Formats: sequence, C-alpha cells, structure tokens
Amino acid sequence: MTTPLDALAKACDTRPGEPEDGVQGVVPSYVAAPATVAEASEVMRTAAEHGLAIVPRGAGTKLHWGVPPDRCDLVIDTRRLGRVIEHTAGDLVVRAEAGLPLEDLQDVLAGTDQQLALDGLLPGATVGGVLATATAGPRRLLYGSARDLLIGITVIRADGVTAHAGGKVVKNVAGYDLGKLFTGSRGTLGLIAEAAFRLHPLPRARAYVTATAADAGRAHEIVQALLHSSLVPAAIEVDGPGPITVAVLLEGVPEGVTSRAEAARDLIGGEIGADPPRWWGRLPEGDVLAEVHARPTALEPLFADLGTAAAGADGDRLPGKARIRGSAGRGVWHVALPVDGAGEIVSRLRRHGSTVVLNAPETVRLDRWGPLPALPLMRRVKDQFDPGHRLSPGRFAGGI
Amino acid sequence: MTSRLDGLAERLRVIAGAEGVITDPAELRTYECDGLTYHRATPGVVVLPESAEQIAEIVRACAAEGVPYIARGSGTGLSGGALPRTDGVLIVTSRMRRILEIDIENQRAVVEPGVINLDVTKATRPHGYYYAPDPSSQQVCSIGGNVAENSGGAHCLKYGFTVNHVLACEVVTPDGDIVEITEGPGYDLLGAFVGSEGTLGIATRITVRLTRLPETVQTLLAAFDSIEHAGGAVSAIIAAGVVPAAVEMMDALSIEAAEAAVRCGYPAGAGAVLIVELDGPAAEVDRQFAQVKELCREAFEIRVAAGDAERALIWRGRKSAFAAVGRISPDYIVQDGVIPRTALPEVLAKIDELSGDSGVRVANVFHAGDGNLHPLVLFDDAVPGAGERAEEVSGKILDLCIEHGGSITGEHGVGVDKAKHMPRMFTEEDLDTMQMLRCAFDPAGLCNPGKVYPTPRLCGEVPGRGTGVHPLVESGKADLF
Repeated sequence: MTTPLDALAKACDTRPGEPEDGVQGVVPSYVAAPATVAEASEVMRTAAEHGLAIVPRGAGTKLHWGVPPDRCDLVIDTRRLGRVIEHTAGDLVVRAEAGLPLEDLQDVLAGTDQQLALDGLLPGATVGGVLATATAGPRRLLYGSARDLLIGITVIRADGVTAHAGGKVVKNVAGYDLGKLFTGSRGTLGLIAEAAFRLHPLPRARAYVTATAADAGRAHEIVQALLHSSLVPAAIEVDGPGPITVAVLLEGVPEGVTSRAEAARDLIGGEIGADPPRWWGRLPEGDVLAEVHARPTALEPLFADLGTAAAGADGDRLPGKARIRGSAGRGVWHVALPVDGAGEIVSRLRRHGSTVVLNAPETVRLDRWGPLPALPLMRRVKDQFDPGHRLSPGRFAGGI
Repeated sequence: MTSRLDGLAERLRVIAGAEGVITDPAELRTYECDGLTYHRATPGVVVLPESAEQIAEIVRACAAEGVPYIARGSGTGLSGGALPRTDGVLIVTSRMRRILEIDIENQRAVVEPGVINLDVTKATRPHGYYYAPDPSSQQVCSIGGNVAENSGGAHCLKYGFTVNHVLACEVVTPDGDIVEITEGPGYDLLGAFVGSEGTLGIATRITVRLTRLPETVQTLLAAFDSIEHAGGAVSAIIAAGVVPAAVEMMDALSIEAAEAAVRCGYPAGAGAVLIVELDGPAAEVDRQFAQVKELCREAFEIRVAAGDAERALIWRGRKSAFAAVGRISPDYIVQDGVIPRTALPEVLAKIDELSGDSGVRVANVFHAGDGNLHPLVLFDDAVPGAGERAEEVSGKILDLCIEHGGSITGEHGVGVDKAKHMPRMFTEEDLDTMQMLRCAFDPAGLCNPGKVYPTPRLCGEVPGRGTGVHPLVESGKADLF
C-alpha cells in the first residue's frame, strides 16, 4: 500500500515534518509545498484519501495564535504559491497567489503608484495568512479591512475540489461571497489559494499629527473631535497607557494634506510629522494578546479596566506592562496583558464588546473566544465545508 | 389556495393578527412581482409582521408545514429576488419601519428592515451624517432589501456597497431562531449573509454605519462628441490617481430619452456625456477637481454645478434614464453587467455591433468608474418576435461581460432572472461550494427557494418532516426560468 508520504510526494514537493514545523508543539508528519493551484488541489485530495489532518501555513507569523490543533498530520506550506497572477493597473485590481508576502505585493503595486490599502501587522505575513486571520492595521478606518478589499477568492476544499467565488471586478453581486466567509476562518474551512483585491492609488502625500492625552477621558475627546470632523483621516490610532498617545494619519494631495494636518493640529494640539510614531501599525508586546471590537466610545472604560486590575490584590501596578493600541476610530483595539490577572481583565473587556485572545501561553487558562451567539450556525458551516473536521481541528471558536 | 396554506394562514393570523395576514386574491396580486415585472406569481399568503419574534414564529410555522417563504421589503428589486410563490408565504417587512437608535458618537444607527434607505440619511443629516449606499431607488427601497441584495449605487465607486456599511444584523434563521450575526469573532457570517438575496434568513434589525457628510461636493457634466473620447477621459482620471465619488456615462440614445422625459438640457449633439462628482475635504477636492477638468479636455462643453440645485439638474438626466427610455421605446430590458473598466471601449464597440447586426437598439447608461454597464435593450412587444430578439441581444451582452472577465450582475442581483446564467460565470464546483453555505443555514431549502442557483444542492440529512416530494426538488423545478 502506498504510504501517505509517497502519495503526497506524487502531488508535490513533500518532506517529513521536523520539530520546527510544529504548530504550537504539534509536529506534523509531513510538510507539503505545492507550487501551483493544481498541486495544492492534489495534495488536499490525497490528504482527504488518507484522512490526514491539515494546518495551512504561510510565513508562519501568526501560527502561535490560538490553541494547538487537536491533530496535525500535514502542514501545507503555501509560500511557493507566491506569484502575482494579474495586475491591470487601469482596473485598480490585482490577483495574487496566497503565499505571496503582502510586502512583496505592495512593492509590485507601488511600481504603478497603487497599493492594497491594507496594513500588514506582522512583517513577512503572506496574503493568505492575512486573509485567514483577518488582520488589518491603522488604515482600516478609511479603507476597511481585508474582507472589504477582497473581491474574489480561490479556495481548495477539504475534499480537494477547487472553488472560486467573487471575481476580478470590484462591483459584483453574483453568488455568495465566500471570500468573506474564509476571511478570518483560520484555516478551518479550506485552503486559500488565490485572492483578488480592489486597489487604491498611492496617496501623493501623507502627514501624521500626534498628540498626548493627559488621561483616557482626554484621549476620548480627541478621538471624537477627529471622528466628527470633516478631515477624513485615514487612521486614528491610540497607544497607551503611560501616557496615552493619539495619532492621526491624513492622506491625499500635498496641498490638501498640509492644510488638513494643520486643521487637525488646531483641533487636537500635538505635532505634525512626516513619519508615524514608533509604535504605529505594530502589535503591542505582552504575554497575552487580545483583540477587542467595541464602540469607539468604549475607549475610556477599556483603559479604566486595565487600571482596576492594576490595583489588584498584591498592589502591583499593571500599567507599563498592560497596553492598548489600535484603531480608536473603528473601535478595534489590540490589548497586551501580563499573564497575572489576564483572565479577569479579559472578562472586563468583554463588557464593552467582543474580545478574542489571539495569543497566550498555553499555561494560562482563558476563555479565548468569549460568548458567540451564532456558534451553532458556525458549527454547521464547518460541518458542511469540512465534515471530517480535518482542517486546523480545534484551533477555532468553540473548538471548531 | 391549498388546504395546507389555509391552515397555515389561520396560524399566521394568530401570530401577526388578522389585519396582518392577506388571503384575498385581489389583494394578493398587489404582491405578484417586484421591480422586475417580467416575472409574476401570486403569493399563497402574505403576512405583515411587526417584530422579529413574529417573524421567527412565522418561519417556524412554515418550516413545520414544509411551506416555502420569501421575505420582501419595498419590492423594488430588479432580478425577481422577492418573486413570491403560489404555494408559499410572502413575509413583507413594511410594518417594521422604526429607526431604533441613532448613535452619532459611534457613527451608527440601528434600524428595522422596512426602514426606507433615504430615511436613514434624512434622520442623520441634521447631525452631519448620512447613510452612504445610495441605490437609485433609495427613496422607496428598504434597508432589509438592501442587505439582501448588497445594494450599491452611483457613489459605491468610492464608498463601497451595503456590505461595507452594515456592522451587525439580527436575523431570523431558517430554524426560526433569532441570532445576532457580526463580522467576528468566529466566522464572518455577516459578510456571507449580506447579498445572499434572502436565501439564508431574514434580517430583522440592522446596525448600519453612518458616514460624515463631506465638507464639499463638486460635480461636473462633460459633453463629448463620441463615447470613445468620454471613455478616454475616465481612464485618464483613474490613471491620475483620483477616486471620484461617482463617474457616470450616458450615450447619445440614452441622452435622447432623458431629454424627452425630463428635459435635462444636456449639451446638444453630444455622443456621450460624463458626470463626475468628487467629494471630501475642500482642500483635496478643489485641487483634484481642477485636475479632472483638465483631463476632460476632449469635451466640447463642460458644465460645473454652482450649487446643489445645479447639481440636481445635472443628475436629473442620469437618474431618470431607465424610466425615460419608455419615451423612445414601448418596451425595454434593463441589463446589469460588469466588465473590467479597461475593457470598456472594446465591449461598447461589440455591443454596437450586436445592435447593428440584430437591428435591436441599445441605449447605454453606466457607472463608468467601476465598469458596471446598464445597457437598455429596446423593443416593441407588439411586434412578433421582438421580445425574443431583445432577450437574445441582452443575453449576448452578458456573454461579453463574462468573456471579458466580468460579472453577470453588479448590483441588481441574480434572483430568479439570472439563475440560468450562473453556470456561465461559475463552475459546477463553485456553485456547489457556495451552496454548502446554503445547506448550513437552510438545509430544508424553504427560505426563498429557487433563487440565485439554477440547481439546488441536496443537503444530506434534512431535519424536520417530509411532505412527499423533497421540498428542494419540488421548489427547484417550480420556480426556474
């Protein structure tokens, strides 16, 4: 009988897994690296025949997010699927393979003064990985996140079938938008093989206005002033505590940006700069990392929640270690926490909105996803797309 | 009406009150079609609920009887997405018209599904806000219908579609449960639900994003001697890195129609007109508007709107275009296809050729910025065979869209009208995969069956009672084409 390794090797480049291929310590038996969509499909089909559990991997920058998979027989490394398939500048559309690093894609697009208006939070991250984890940075305020910019997707199903949804035109309502369903699905519904995005022109000028707030209340006032102004900022970010900094990005034509930046400074104080603050567009560092989606007005209570925990039983002050950073305009924040008291703070944060723990040491016992009213529907979606529960099993919400 | 529906109507009267249930044949006929009047079916029963709880009970009652149900908002859809079934229940949301919350601080509003699109803008404009998606039916269409169709509008080039402006939906699932769906955490069920044409459940409460009114709006009308020159100007604007709020084009025939209908007074002798609108901070817009004027240099006349009144005048011809075609042709088909914008000159030339070869006149109106064509195929139904010839030309235009890598619908939806075209754009595997989602939400296939997909996917285990013929098979055959 053919061994899985022989069978996989017929489909594409495959090698035995090494300890460093481990997904949070779960070492796969095999690592396959398809170079074409057809090879990826063949690998998935072969894995289905052999009942192998699969974890897709791009650059691996977020593989430590979530919990270890229940099983992992095969890692599918997408990095050889790294081509720009089609870029028609006049259409402001690009199609790329999933394993292409986002930065490389941006370099290609910049050659025609265009961009995918999506900030990579982690250097090296691939297009597929960014989609699978639905990561987005500061400019989500103006441009939306990956799901808003994605216009078409090619996926390989658990049974190896290749399927497309959407297309390569921005305006298109034919059929279900599976691209959105796969965005943020963390490798549990299928393998993302290709993606098409709408593009934006690169702004000819950028300016940042950075102000320091005396406290969270003042930070909230600054954010509200910017949000309700007619300055159309591309991003409004906060970082804090100790102190809380609010920074706003303005993009456009040089004359416009200059006058808008001055208007923003008049509104909130602070300084105009050509470069962002050091922390801009990067995840805060901490033992535990959570992502909070709440209303913009939750800013003040979110910071208050850190403070409450800081005055905890042993009297240690958490600020300095705990950190909130993110899109105050959209109401999406990343919160870094020390291990001690993380569970309690996360429960507090959940009073304001959804809070997902992206990353935490395995030793910390935490409800990583929080309440999910639509979980029964999500389970049914999973059962349809991956009836054998072989795709990143156990890595997703509700143990999906 | 069958006895099964009789019994169900009784149950619906208990749920929604006697005044909320329509069974009178004459009254039922009011609901026999949506905005696409070509497809008609008198609904078995119409129910007008007033709450999510009532809708949940109605859905459960239908599920228990194995009766299909279809949600309908204002009935302005253009693909037969809300086409009723003679053996089914039509759930009309027009009594659910409350704006529940306006939260300016957080730039959002919470509305019931029957709320009229423009009413959200009217309610928020005093606060300096508006609701960005602006389908041309916005004075009458409902937010619930917009969610079902993922409606766009002239300004979606810059601002995106309904899906980009909906933050959360409370929906009644085909199980009859009331569930709040969002972009996350977990699967982005919201993104999949918006635009699913009423086949995954019924939205009962929608949280929409509000957009700050722009500081300034600048609009121009440019008249060109030919459509090629107008198209060249659009390419130049996009290439210059300008993202206008809207770029609309009309050809000579559609201008003629608009002129006859509303006397819009567009420059005489134009082969094509372009409407370009920019909005945003004055410091940006003033600069870019000057650039756009320069890029329209091939135009023989450019008019700049001096204020809102003049802007409305410029838009009047464009907004009246569909209806205006009635002035120059007794009957017409409004097509909705999309092409990559760069294929515009080639596709327009081919449409011209198609029109010449067949003798069927085609007026072209389109959202030029995003390649969304609305060819109006003219015919006279009194002439034998004319309707068929027009239908053929209309279908061939869609073929052109698909050949050029576009889409069979940019904003009107697939509904019942274009389900037959889906296999030309997607493979059998694509359609099968999409319908896995359908099976997850609605395994019994009772929620707006027969729409979007030409062939229903069998979902395996179907919970609930059976009524002889599998409802999917029954429904799939009944509604097609």
